[in-house]
Amino acid sequence: MRIAVLCSRIRAEEKLLLMELERRGLEYVRIDDREHVFDLHAHNYPFDVVLERAIQHSRAVYMLKIFEDAGLPTVNSHRVAVTCGDKFLVTQAMIHAGIPTPGCLLAFTPESALAGIEQLGYPVVLKPVVGSWGRMVSKINDRDAAEAVLEHRSVLGNYQHTIFYIQEYIDKPGRDIRSFVIGDECIGAIYRSSDHWITNTARGGHASNCPLTPELIDLSLRAAQAIGGGVVAIDLLETKDGRLLVNEVNYTMEFRNSIETTGVDIPARIIDYVLAVGRGRL
Amino acid sequence: MRVTCTECGAEFDIPDDTMVGEIIICPECGVELEVVSLEPPTLAPAPEVEEDWGE
Repeated sequence: MRIAVLCSRIRAEEKLLLMELERRGLEYVRIDDREHVFDLHAHNYPFDVVLERAIQHSRAVYMLKIFEDAGLPTVNSHRVAVTCGDKFLVTQAMIHAGIPTPGCLLAFTPESALAGIEQLGYPVVLKPVVGSWGRMVSKINDRDAAEAVLEHRSVLGNYQHTIFYIQEYIDKPGRDIRSFVIGDECIGAIYRSSDHWITNTARGGHASNCPLTPELIDLSLRAAQAIGGGVVAIDLLETKDGRLLVNEVNYTMEFRNSIETTGVDIPARIIDYVLAVGRGRL
Repeated sequence: MRVTCTECGAEFDIPDDTMVGEIIICPECGVELEVVSLEPPTLAPAPEVEEDWGE
């Protein structure tokens, strides 16, 4: 079994995965998206399965398409990367799979976005459709803030910043939940707690173990299935009245703070899954 | 492995299991540095975070 690992920057997660490959004596090659030139006419590659761990979403999507079209199994699939890389597509997938998710509006001009924000009622959360680590995610408490953020977004230059994804603000209990799904199993979950309303661990959120309940497992598996399955991390919000809502789904998940917290050897589980995919068993 | 910060010139050690592509923080000036080679151990300024970076 020869494994290609798509990566550039080696985060803690990539290092743990590469160390797991080496510990098992598995044959692998690193493909650095900053150096490699992709021949679109190539059909034969000297490996059997592709593990995508690129830090850059746009490149991951292209690379996965190239390898998938050449007949190679990939973790995750191109479809999963495309869907999870766009918050709008994830929300659409949740809504149409009947999975509870916060109220959400989409608008394409600052004027219509302002109308949408006031329709939803303050506070709201405005997010770029592409982005991670809570970057440029804004909680908007009043009309002054809405006008300011919408104006800033409209002059940033990238057309994606004038696709206004407006989400209902969920007054969560100082934490959210991240669950990890590999294939058809929810392998664990953590609470991400913070005094700030943004609870990403990349932004200082503290990780602690979250017990898996039947509801959490069911929602996590259904959310993973709705976006195409594979190795994904589901972000969920708890409402004041005790409901769970799926907020986002991540396809190149970070898990450095979740191994000891959950007691699950996440890199080993990911490599197990990659090998199964490579053998055509999944 | 002994390396030199490209920003401030400080010399410091990095762990033996360091991999190419890892990010190191200079203990003197705090700048982010990428390990671009292990033979010999070489650092370069780490790329700035871009809009589509993440998980």
